[in-house]
Amino acid sequence: MLDKMLSTTEKKATRDGFGDGLYELGKSNPRVVALCADLVGSLKMNKFIAEFPERFFQCGVAEANMMGTAAGLATGGFIPYTGTFANFSTGRVYDQIRQSIAYSHKNVKICASHAGITLGEDGATHQILEDIGMMKMLPGMAVVNPCDYNQTKLATIAIAEHYGPVYLRFGRPGWPVFTPADQKFELGKGILIKEGTDVSIFATGHLVWQAVKAVEALEKQGVSCELINIHTIKPLDEELILASASKTGRVVTAEEHQMAGGLGESIAALCSRNHPVKMSMVAVNDSFGESGKPADLMKKYGLDSSNVIEAVHSLLK
Amino acid sequence: MENISKLKDTASQIRRDIVRMVYHAQSGHPGGSLGCAEFFTALYFSEMDHSPNFNMKGEGEDVFILSNGHISPVFYSSLARSGYFSIDELNSFREIDSRLQGHPATHEGLPGVRIATGSLGQGLSVAVGIALSKKLNKDPKLVYALTGDGELQEGQVWEALMFCAHHKVDNLIVTVDWNGQQIDGPNDEVMSLGDLDAKWRAFGWEVLHMNGNDMHDVITVLRHAKSETGKGKPVVILMKTEMGYGVDFMQGTHKWHGIAPNEQQLEDALSQLEETLGDF
Repeated sequence: MLDKMLSTTEKKATRDGFGDGLYELGKSNPRVVALCADLVGSLKMNKFIAEFPERFFQCGVAEANMMGTAAGLATGGFIPYTGTFANFSTGRVYDQIRQSIAYSHKNVKICASHAGITLGEDGATHQILEDIGMMKMLPGMAVVNPCDYNQTKLATIAIAEHYGPVYLRFGRPGWPVFTPADQKFELGKGILIKEGTDVSIFATGHLVWQAVKAVEALEKQGVSCELINIHTIKPLDEELILASASKTGRVVTAEEHQMAGGLGESIAALCSRNHPVKMSMVAVNDSFGESGKPADLMKKYGLDSSNVIEAVHSLLK
Repeated sequence: MENISKLKDTASQIRRDIVRMVYHAQSGHPGGSLGCAEFFTALYFSEMDHSPNFNMKGEGEDVFILSNGHISPVFYSSLARSGYFSIDELNSFREIDSRLQGHPATHEGLPGVRIATGSLGQGLSVAVGIALSKKLNKDPKLVYALTGDGELQEGQVWEALMFCAHHKVDNLIVTVDWNGQQIDGPNDEVMSLGDLDAKWRAFGWEVLHMNGNDMHDVITVLRHAKSETGKGKPVVILMKTEMGYGVDFMQGTHKWHGIAPNEQQLEDALSQLEETLGDF
């Protein structure tokens, strides 16, 4: 599976997966409606809007009202998908999400593009790295961070079948398309990419690709890596994670997020409660980002495949 | 308007419920609740087409959203008195394991509540979403929402106002409880609202005015508001009320916004409010 993944030459943004998934969903599910806060091009919502104009609501630059309106549409029995940047999908409207959506248990899908540092040149004002933490703390909120175009498209379609609020996080840049287009997406179920015995690597979002590249290098060095794609950070696939961590006794996590509040923290808490292991986390360490090209930023902020390799070696010493 | 005196009797009982609930819990918000008793009575006992056999979606019926959720006592009493749940349950207001949370919530499944409110400025947006649902479902019924006046200081409200005019949300009647008071004092001292009539008009709304403590006027203006729906513009009623109306020592002051009466004050208040439908 790893070789096949590494042989990919296709690049597409995860946000394109969202746009295409939303369009497919629009055709199959008449209860799906979409809202956007002046970013339809960025969120790739144009195909949905062209085909189903009566089921789309342009909200303007007014995210708080968009979240409340989505809660109202959900009350009326629709399945609203809200679209804006991750920064404006979470921190800016946290209380609206908390009161009108999460506490009121509304079936709203909060779809957040341009998450993380790979947003690039716009800089730290727009590069949110705290969103997973904020959203996973909300009772009943599912948190999904797919890794490529295909998985984002599948996730977009799959979350319509889950009743309850979902935070779906994806990104801006073109990114290798390395997972199968027909892979089953099951909310809360991690995907085993490769079995191994020395170390378990749990990665999410864009960092799954970095982990794939890291595992290729590590295997050549004689390190047997188990690589698991955790696309759903909440609910966490506890069974799969604990089984792997118990087997290898070493855990590395990788994510495009602050170390505080992210996937690594969730896995650390899980393991320390059930089966304490040595751990290392690849994540942004208590820092804001800055302007720059995505690849350069990944290197500078420690989110490169070389950082995953270093993290593995730190546990093997 | 032959039923005006009957509606007044119901409002009197709702006021008794409010005072007794807040006294029993020794917390809650009697001032705004008392001021809105005529409005709730008119909605739930005369003007709204609604069913106490509660369903969340509210398909085929009028829907009400309380945005200023702290006046939950008047909301709960109106729901119980119109059959959504037993009036005995009013005894559990603000207690542990109760469905009658301090601020309205859906979490405990209280019939009649469709959204958690109380964090101000949010209910209107939700009402807008429900109004859009009705349009998508070709459901001709209306959505009503109540907001406080101090609540208009929240920016989200104005986002919703702009949205409604742009999208011609004309199956929605918003009412502002314009009692002129908020927690820290009169609006004019805390944060002036300015010319509310002109502001709503400038945002593209049809603006009506109402004396919220005159049952005859409340019924008349609500009917007028209904006749203004379906014309491509959202409708707002600026409703003048007196905070604490019906209990002389609570009337016209922000001081009874969020405190409970003691035993003597309870007796004093109840002596001013006729028991018409039997206390819970």
